Amino acid sequence: MIARLITWLDERLPTEGVIKKELLRHVFPDHWSFMLGEIALYCFIALVVTGTWLGFFFHPSNMEYVYHGPYQPLQGVKVSQAYASLLNLSLSVPLGLLMRQTHHWACLVFLAAIICHMMRIFFTGAFRRPREINWIIGTTLLVLAMLEGYLGYSMGDDLLSGVGLRIGDSVALAIPVVGAYLSYLIFGGEFPTPWVADRLFFLHVFLFPAVIAGLIGFHLLNVLIQKHTQFPGKGKTEDNVVGSPMWPNYALKSLALGVATFAVLFALGGLTQINPIWQYGPYHPQDNLSPDQPDWYLGWLIGALRLAWPYDLHVLNHTIPEPFWPAVFMPAALFGFVYLWPWIEKILTGDDRRHELLDYPREAPLRVGVGVTVLTFVILLELAGSDDIQSNLMHISVEKLVEIYQWAAFLVPPVAGFIGFKIASELRARAHIGDEVKPARVVLVRNAAGGYDEEAARSV
Amino acid sequence: MSDSPKHKRQNRAIGATLILSIVGAAVFIATDIYNAGPQAEGASIAVSLGALAIALIAWSKQILPQTQLVSERPPLPAPHSGPDSASETFAEGEREVVSRRGLTGLLAAAVGTLGVAAIFPVRSLGPMIDSLFHTRWSPGARVVDGDGVPVHRGSLGVKSMMTVFPEGYTDSQDSQTLLIRTPPGTVPLPPDRANWAPDGYIAFSKVCTHAGCPVALFRATDLLLMCPCHQSIFDVLQLAARISGPAARPLPQLPLEIDADGFLHAQSDYHEAIGPSFWERPG
Repeated sequence: MIARLITWLDERLPTEGVIKKELLRHVFPDHWSFMLGEIALYCFIALVVTGTWLGFFFHPSNMEYVYHGPYQPLQGVKVSQAYASLLNLSLSVPLGLLMRQTHHWACLVFLAAIICHMMRIFFTGAFRRPREINWIIGTTLLVLAMLEGYLGYSMGDDLLSGVGLRIGDSVALAIPVVGAYLSYLIFGGEFPTPWVADRLFFLHVFLFPAVIAGLIGFHLLNVLIQKHTQFPGKGKTEDNVVGSPMWPNYALKSLALGVATFAVLFALGGLTQINPIWQYGPYHPQDNLSPDQPDWYLGWLIGALRLAWPYDLHVLNHTIPEPFWPAVFMPAALFGFVYLWPWIEKILTGDDRRHELLDYPREAPLRVGVGVTVLTFVILLELAGSDDIQSNLMHISVEKLVEIYQWAAFLVPPVAGFIGFKIASELRARAHIGDEVKPARVVLVRNAAGGYDEEAARSV
Repeated sequence: MSDSPKHKRQNRAIGATLILSIVGAAVFIATDIYNAGPQAEGASIAVSLGALAIALIAWSKQILPQTQLVSERPPLPAPHSGPDSASETFAEGEREVVSRRGLTGLLAAAVGTLGVAAIFPVRSLGPMIDSLFHTRWSPGARVVDGDGVPVHRGSLGVKSMMTVFPEGYTDSQDSQTLLIRTPPGTVPLPPDRANWAPDGYIAFSKVCTHAGCPVALFRATDLLLMCPCHQSIFDVLQLAARISGPAARPLPQLPLEIDADGFLHAQSDYHEAIGPSFWERPG
């Protein structure tokens, strides 16, 4: 059927050569770590599918509504229509809760897959020339995915989402000069306004997904055109790519990975509760939750907000608010560093050559050191973001934990980075031990006289 | 060839997995019809998808020939198609466009000025920013609880707390206020606030000065207020000064008075902008 479609297409568009050479016989090198980005792709597909389904039931409105439904604890409570429609979706619509929880889990796994994919790209040096474009697109996708997830769980108008939005508004307000304008621009006035639900809905279901889908398309097109990188090995050079053909081997494998990803997401969505909005209750501006925990990919920002030192700066009768440093400057500096890393490494190593063969991580100890430093810093912030839970579990006061994390966030990352650097250097040295001193293999051949001669020039 | 024992074994294994997938999907349909709940729905669809994934992996590993192909990479940069490269073609056009130097400068100035002009519509938001400095509290506004019930001198026990609003504005985010009844004489009020806390009733903005969360936790034993978002702690007995956490300022105090009938009123709005800091806020 599809074979005939290809013929039909070729009679109308000269596509035969492209389809055969660039798609069906496209060569994809085999390594498990090359599949991480695909998991992210399949999560995105799951998000679009479940999200489309959810869209039929969600009513983005801040209009007040007195709840009358199957959930007794909220009987007669004033809630927004957005929140009411989510309660209805979760508790009354068949498959509703499964779809909502799967959507939420798909987002959590999406972000995890993007970050794992990015670590693979970083530590193997896949971002080097000629792939800087995809590094930029990929980093942008990470930022957009984080914002898209935040918009998503902020839409429900439950208590957690409302408090999260209030923090987001305060962070916008904290930007010098333009902060208040930006906050008013986003919400249409002083938060909270009656337009919050409509604006979040438009951003979350239309604008962000469209941009993300477009960038993913561009990202994949670049992979097709440039062809995938490969680890060094027999027959593999900077000028070729060795691996399975897209059709049928790789297509089947990738399809299996996609189906397996969906299986895990639906298992999580069905069996593991996530974001129980009926337990949080509706958002009322004077209420709050404790412990307060955002989705995991925002935990590092909450951690930074919790650790930062309590000082507003005053400049000429104006204020640079304290949250600016942990929630605006720090993430901007961090992502700026990530965006620029391909060029920073070029300056550090002086290597601007084209690289189609990947490094094993140990081959670049400096890169390992930098990567481990940054990751340790972010992980410590992430841990600090749940210090209220740790305080409950470990019976240490929150104040003490904050102090420990403040010191740790500065002291531990460089130490961890240095250890990473040393381990990589050591592994590299060992991997190359004997590279030059290995004694040549000598093959002895029995000669006619019964003695032995060395066989000359035989390749091993 | 398809009769070899190895093939039969593969067919049996992959076939069984696919049948499991079919059964899983059928169970999913049944769970949906009988509304069996998210656990049964999720588990059955996951089993169906998981079995399908395993079958596909086995198919690709066992049935398909393991072909290894080599393909050449495209040279970079692409070989030129004509006499001039794209960048040369562009540079040539650019030279033609900017051949009149004086005019080019003027063109840049025009576009630049237009760009600056385009920023100015944002200024129409400007006057509204004034609202960040005000809440719904006004001189004489009656203090009510979240349900709109007026607060009386007898409403609160000593060392207890409630959230209050100005009458008519119980949904006003920036007006939410913590009303605490302190033991008389325990809060050292500065001279300019001497009459702000009649009968030990003292009121502070509930909007955290750090990131705007409601300061929702209250510990009656030592009269501490805590914001659960980022754990700033404020001490009522020190006029809600921050004693721990990232907030940079104390919670602003609302001046209160009690009328002849014993009902609480605000003397005025807050004397400073409440909530998180922002650029226009004077130090």
